Amino acid sequence: MTSSQVIDMQSSTVAAAKTVPSWKQDGAEPFVRIENITKKFGEFTAVDNVSLDIYKSELFCLLGGSGSGKSTLLRMLAGFESPTSGRILIDGVDMAGIQPWKRPVNMMFQSYALFPHLTVADNVGFGLKREGVSNGEVKKRVAEMLDMVQLGHLGKRKPHQLSGGQRQRVALARSLIKRPKLLLLDEPLGALDKKLREETQFELINIQEELGVTFVVVTHDQEEAMTLATRIGVMNNGVIVQTDEPHDVYEYPNSRFVAEFIGSVNLFEGQVTEDEPDFVRITSPEAGAALSVNHGISCAPDQVVHVAVRPEKIHISHERPEQKDNCLQGEIEEIAYMGSLSVFKVRLPSGKEVRVTQPNFTRHMGERFTWNDKVFLYWDEDSSVVLTS
Amino acid sequence: MQRKSNFLNITAGLGYVFLYAPIIALIVYSFNASKLVTVWGGWSFKWYVELFKNDQIIDAALLSVKIAFISASLAVVLGTMAGYVLSRFGPFRGKMILSGWITAPLVMPEVITGLSLLLLFVAMEGMFGWPAGRGTGTIIIAHTTFCMAYVAVIVQARLSSLDETLEEAAMDLGAKPSSLFFLVTLPLIMPAVISGWLLSFTLSLDDLVIASFVSGPGNSTLPMVIFSKVRLGVTPEVNALATIMIAIVAIGVIAAMWQMRRQARLLKPE
Repeated sequence: MTSSQVIDMQSSTVAAAKTVPSWKQDGAEPFVRIENITKKFGEFTAVDNVSLDIYKSELFCLLGGSGSGKSTLLRMLAGFESPTSGRILIDGVDMAGIQPWKRPVNMMFQSYALFPHLTVADNVGFGLKREGVSNGEVKKRVAEMLDMVQLGHLGKRKPHQLSGGQRQRVALARSLIKRPKLLLLDEPLGALDKKLREETQFELINIQEELGVTFVVVTHDQEEAMTLATRIGVMNNGVIVQTDEPHDVYEYPNSRFVAEFIGSVNLFEGQVTEDEPDFVRITSPEAGAALSVNHGISCAPDQVVHVAVRPEKIHISHERPEQKDNCLQGEIEEIAYMGSLSVFKVRLPSGKEVRVTQPNFTRHMGERFTWNDKVFLYWDEDSSVVLTS
Repeated sequence: MQRKSNFLNITAGLGYVFLYAPIIALIVYSFNASKLVTVWGGWSFKWYVELFKNDQIIDAALLSVKIAFISASLAVVLGTMAGYVLSRFGPFRGKMILSGWITAPLVMPEVITGLSLLLLFVAMEGMFGWPAGRGTGTIIIAHTTFCMAYVAVIVQARLSSLDETLEEAAMDLGAKPSSLFFLVTLPLIMPAVISGWLLSFTLSLDDLVIASFVSGPGNSTLPMVIFSKVRLGVTPEVNALATIMIAIVAIGVIAAMWQMRRQARLLKPE
């Protein structure tokens, strides 16, 4: 991908951000409606009473660890599994009893599932031929589709003659050729190496915006979810824990699970001592200081809560800052130089370890701090979040 | 590579000797010029010439090939169906019975298979007059029965190692169950089907016991003819015939193995 394409992509997302997204509009009709879906395998509950609305042209990411139920949910949308209870509506049609080959849905498999006995062109054209499209038309559309994924010259190859990245594109072309209303992608970039994955992420977004197809992506990779998604549904133990835009999931996690699952976070346990509508003060023996947050919370008096602070929002300094709250003292125990940033692990007197990351603004940034330095850690009132669950 | 220990070399050597010494002896003696089987009288092709003049043996050989061809073909169709159902239908009522029934002919003594089929044919003839008498038809039915068990096992093994997402992908792209089977599943298991056919062909060609039970007068297969000749004393002709059969069977087995390898290569490119 060239740099001009990247810039195009960025400007188009900026443009898209100016219009109100459909999931924030009142009365917008969801394209996919998942109502109280439960799936049990014997005694094991894979998906537990999940309800979810996905809107047209969204790129929705289901994010979760292995066994969180995200793939089972995807397979129910495709029709490979039938829910134990609840129902799924796609474009207003109840999908109960509708076989996979009759659904307006296509899927891109994690293993790509390319037919090894067919050429690339026959793989891509497979779906059209099943619809009874004429041979000439199939040929034309396959050629168009292969050009779109930049594989126009490889139509006669067999899948095993392609590289991993090329196979991924063939799988994408094959799943898009029937112009499905909904495309399901199971770990679409999982099998690619890091560099290829980053390039392909942007291509996926481009294609999705160009075609206006609704994407539902399953992934365990939080970075992938953050880059791709319009909204993320974080799953754990068969339940959707939080559904929000990537920014909100990261900055306003609603639970300790989400905070810890997405990115890294420092959690301080404490008790609420002052509770105003727009201000909360928390005493935390673990932190060894009073912590204050400039947003209100709803909780019982003296309830045990957790204050979450992301490592990159913490300042580190040898000099004592002016602020009293949100200021901790500790000793640098480990330093990891990562090139673009440095990671410090600071031990507090209480024994708690705090993780701080600092961008390396200059080439000598890392040299300012060394092991066993006594340092102050501090952050702003609006940098932290109070979690009650 | 490490040098093999003497123990391994000896073990391997003994294995080869036990397996192949009788066959090599047979092949060598088939070129024996002497009329006495046990006395070496120099090299000659004369028993091969004699063999092709013997109409009884040639007719039996042609009959055996015809039976083997038809029963292998029928066994492949039925066995593939059975293997497909067993590995893809999920749990169903009677699955245990079907899979037990599929493996039964593999482990059951041939005498019992032969006897039970004979009893069935006789009873059926008594009840609906079909099959009228025993002959080529009943041998084909009997051979199909035990060959399809082998095909079913081979196909089932192939299917269970096949990535099921390929079939899901086909369904997802709009393939109904019938086109899914003929356009995706069958081409992918084709090597197993072909090796199943080759194995069935050789098994049918080899079989003596079951054929003896279910054949009628004037329908002697090649193994039956050889066996009856051996009882009257082995003639060098039989050695020549046995050599030809070994060659045919060996080609069949090698072809089956080559198919298996090819399929493994095709489906596991890395």
